[in-house]
Amino acid sequence: MVIILSLIEFKNVTKQYKNGVTALYELSLEIEKGDFVFIIGSSGGGKSTLIKLLYREEKPTKGTIIMGGINVGKLRNRSVYKLRRKLGIVFQDYRLLPKLTVYENVAFALEAIGEARGNIRPKVLKALELVGLKSKVREYPDNLSGGEQQRVAIARALVNEPKVLICDEPTGNLDPAMSMEIVELLSKINETEGTTVLMVTHDKTIVNKMKKHVIALKDGHLFKDYKKGEYVDEIL
Amino acid sequence: MKFFRIIGRSIRDAFKSVKRNFSLSIASITCVIITLIIVGVALIITFNINDFTTKLKKDLSIVVFVSNEADNFDITSLETQIKAIDNVDPDFVTYQSKAEIKEDMMKNNETFKNIMSAWDDDENPLQNTYIVKVIDANKIGETATAIKNLAKVTRVSYGEGMVEQLLMAFNGVQKFSFIAVIALVVVTTFLIINTIKLTIFSRKREISIMRLVGASNISIKLPFVFEGMLIGIIGSILPIILVVYGYYSLFDIMNGKLLTDIFTLVPPSEIVFKIGAFILLIGAVVGMLGSASAVKKYLKV
Repeated sequence: MVIILSLIEFKNVTKQYKNGVTALYELSLEIEKGDFVFIIGSSGGGKSTLIKLLYREEKPTKGTIIMGGINVGKLRNRSVYKLRRKLGIVFQDYRLLPKLTVYENVAFALEAIGEARGNIRPKVLKALELVGLKSKVREYPDNLSGGEQQRVAIARALVNEPKVLICDEPTGNLDPAMSMEIVELLSKINETEGTTVLMVTHDKTIVNKMKKHVIALKDGHLFKDYKKGEYVDEIL
Repeated sequence: MKFFRIIGRSIRDAFKSVKRNFSLSIASITCVIITLIIVGVALIITFNINDFTTKLKKDLSIVVFVSNEADNFDITSLETQIKAIDNVDPDFVTYQSKAEIKEDMMKNNETFKNIMSAWDDDENPLQNTYIVKVIDANKIGETATAIKNLAKVTRVSYGEGMVEQLLMAFNGVQKFSFIAVIALVVVTTFLIINTIKLTIFSRKREISIMRLVGASNISIKLPFVFEGMLIGIIGSILPIILVVYGYYSLFDIMNGKLLTDIFTLVPPSEIVFKIGAFILLIGAVVGMLGSASAVKKYLKV
């Protein structure tokens, strides 16, 4: 008997925004520990909503979301940080602090959660090494290329050794070559660190090439859940 | 342990970010300085007005004219009766015989002297009097009536009509200055809170990232609270110096009085340190509250 414990579970999740727009309808899906998942779909399909529900930027209107044993939808505002410490989040626009160096930007994440000072330096350097930016610790984000800035953001997301890495269109601002580099980096992290990676994208070249687990959303419904390697480019 | 680490880091961060966001910190501090100077000046004025009116109220007295038919026994018993009245200050009931009054008047004026020197004791048309001071000046009218109803009192006088108007004016001024100070403190609070809100608005991104990486609300809030307190304290230094030294030198230059001998200034040592402490308190508390309430807005999702 094989028991598969899913790390993330959506059960009949509906999300209706205050302005009346319904972004997700009765969505149910499971994601296993250590998985690498692409979430694809047309604009307005509910990709970003799904991710926002996961890191509790939004609350589901109906249904339950369980992540690593935490009932995300029921989480109180002041307890959100407990969830966030198990997650690393990467955005399209990097969200770095321009007045801090690369090192300080990554260290900021550890300082914010009250990490002991002695632990900060080795952890930051390890994360920056993982993303290949150890040589740029003293640079400011504005002096880096888009791909490098995104690597800093990934290092910041990883420095706390999260169980899940959530990436919302991380390659949206990057050219194809850089995009591929970033995705390969994420794939490497998934394999070497065992971090579960969820990546929202609309870049079909990447999805086609990587042959990973793909969840396709359409108009707020689950269009298709392709197991690893099943995905072939379809009209979406 | 972790709690103390957060406190320690918060205080360190507060200093760091005041320095790092220098221009905005200066803007906030300037706003705090200006408003607190105004509050300080208003407080000095209020203290002085209060002191002045209280002194004047204390000087108000009732003159009780005793009937010339009263003998010595009547006069003494009248004193006991006057002192027994509620609002009368028993330490300030002074008797002045008509002979003493005559002497006084003769000393002060040549004409009186010429006329009055001819009077002997039986011819003296003046009346024996009691000068009575009251505890609560606002009730002087009632007290005067109560005294008038006592036996052997022919008449009482306390400047009826005029005194009531004067008292009303004093009470009005006292109330107005009190309200003005409260209003000023409220306005100051709003001004400071708003400036601090501006500085925090510019750091929305920082806050959102802190939240994203899993900082608890309290550990996000604390550095800002300390920062607000720091801005408030720095901003109150100059107003305190100005109030203390300013009032001391004003007092010296004016010789402790304003234009006339009637309006004496409150000695600086009695009030400046109270006012200084009050300014520091407003600065620190308002700075703290301001930043706490400003950050709160960005901690809701």
